[in-house]
Amino acid sequence: MRKARLIARLDVKGPNLIKGIHLEGLRVIGSPNEHAVRYYEQGADELIYMDCVASLYGRNNLSDIVKSAAENVFIPITVGGGVRSVEDATHLLRCGADKVAVNTAAVANPALISEISRRFGSQCMVLSVEAKLVGEKKWEAYTDNGRERTGLDVVEWIKKGVSLGAGEVLLTSVDREGTRKGFDVSLMQAVTREVSVPVIASGGMGEASDLIAVVKEGYADAVAMADILHYKRASMRDIRSVALSADIEVRRYE
Amino acid sequence: MNKQELTVIDYGMGNLLSVKRALEHCGASVIVSSDPAQILSVPRLVLPGVGAFGDAMAELARRELSLVIKEAASRGTLIMGICLGMQMLLDESEEFGQTAGLGLIPGKVVPISTLSSDGNRQKVPHIGWNDLVLPAAKSNWDGTLLQGISPGDAFYFVHSFMASPLHQEHRLADCVYGGVKVSAVVAKDNIIGCQFHPEKSGEVGLKILRRFLTL
Repeated sequence: MRKARLIARLDVKGPNLIKGIHLEGLRVIGSPNEHAVRYYEQGADELIYMDCVASLYGRNNLSDIVKSAAENVFIPITVGGGVRSVEDATHLLRCGADKVAVNTAAVANPALISEISRRFGSQCMVLSVEAKLVGEKKWEAYTDNGRERTGLDVVEWIKKGVSLGAGEVLLTSVDREGTRKGFDVSLMQAVTREVSVPVIASGGMGEASDLIAVVKEGYADAVAMADILHYKRASMRDIRSVALSADIEVRRYE
Repeated sequence: MNKQELTVIDYGMGNLLSVKRALEHCGASVIVSSDPAQILSVPRLVLPGVGAFGDAMAELARRELSLVIKEAASRGTLIMGICLGMQMLLDESEEFGQTAGLGLIPGKVVPISTLSSDGNRQKVPHIGWNDLVLPAAKSNWDGTLLQGISPGDAFYFVHSFMASPLHQEHRLADCVYGGVKVSAVVAKDNIIGCQFHPEKSGEVGLKILRRFLTL
């Protein structure tokens, strides 16, 4: 089995690390990079930076934050929020990002997925999907931080995105996001049984043991965590040891 | 302490900033350059790379850097290839037909099998953290680039093709993917290649870069 990756997710608005509930009602947590360095030192396997208001203003504001993170964080960094073109992706990669996550612009123009993937390789192109439950085992894809409906079925949209060249999927449950109620395992199952690329589960981690079900039953390749880390309910170390004691293979880190 | 002078070879491909930042963090004085004079003037070179083998070799050739790198190698300059840069150290690659490499380490570059050793389909590219193991021909890493690294330490890999050195003694470390041994570090005299990204592998990755600066 591949090692499950433990990813710290940093949602950013302007210069601040923030956290909301259902991606809304944003509260300021503090400095993104102080938190990033702490998670790196605790043994996070990757970082995800999301500019949560970028789509609103049509531009990603994270260049400076990513540049300064790349000075003292030496693990893969994914950046998303407001990536609308190959040029936007190029710019973020030059700032030190290893992958870009695209949601709103990919829905508006699915060819962007292929363009980014062809230019930088599929490993660089993360399809970000915000899923809301709309019926019995049916989820609709949303954009703009869970504000805008797309009419797209989540599973069908992800299958299409992967066929266009997405190398990884960041799957956020808007219903669970910020609620601490645990991951939406049936959403993960519905997606992981249909695609072969890695899927990152995001939204809902209330306690360390929540990752067990989403990895073992939902077949998540990676788990993105925000709230649980920001509010120090558990450290990366605690989470790693919970994973290990549940026989989930993770990177060894002393 | 004098800073170690090092040049990262710029041929228009790859995330050079991350490599540069990581090496600087380890105490190196880094110049990113495609200038032959600069490349031939330093004791250590890093050849990074992300993308396709053929494109990368063509970019090197277009800048007339293949010969410069070979010249540096023959002068004894320490050269570290990373990821695609590691694969380019070998004789040739099967990625999109046969393409000649730099030929600094005998062997070729072949695709990672989409079937694991037990016959199941497996995901390619190989992306994520994987443990280094000692190849059959090695009993320890004392005195090598990997001094201070323990078997079982994990590093960050992203690749679809893998190096297959002709001689077992050039395999310094492997990892296991789908039950198959994949060459993770190759070394021959002053030439070293890492399939994983030491600049993205946390503290153990930095340990390798620091060690490279003392070789």
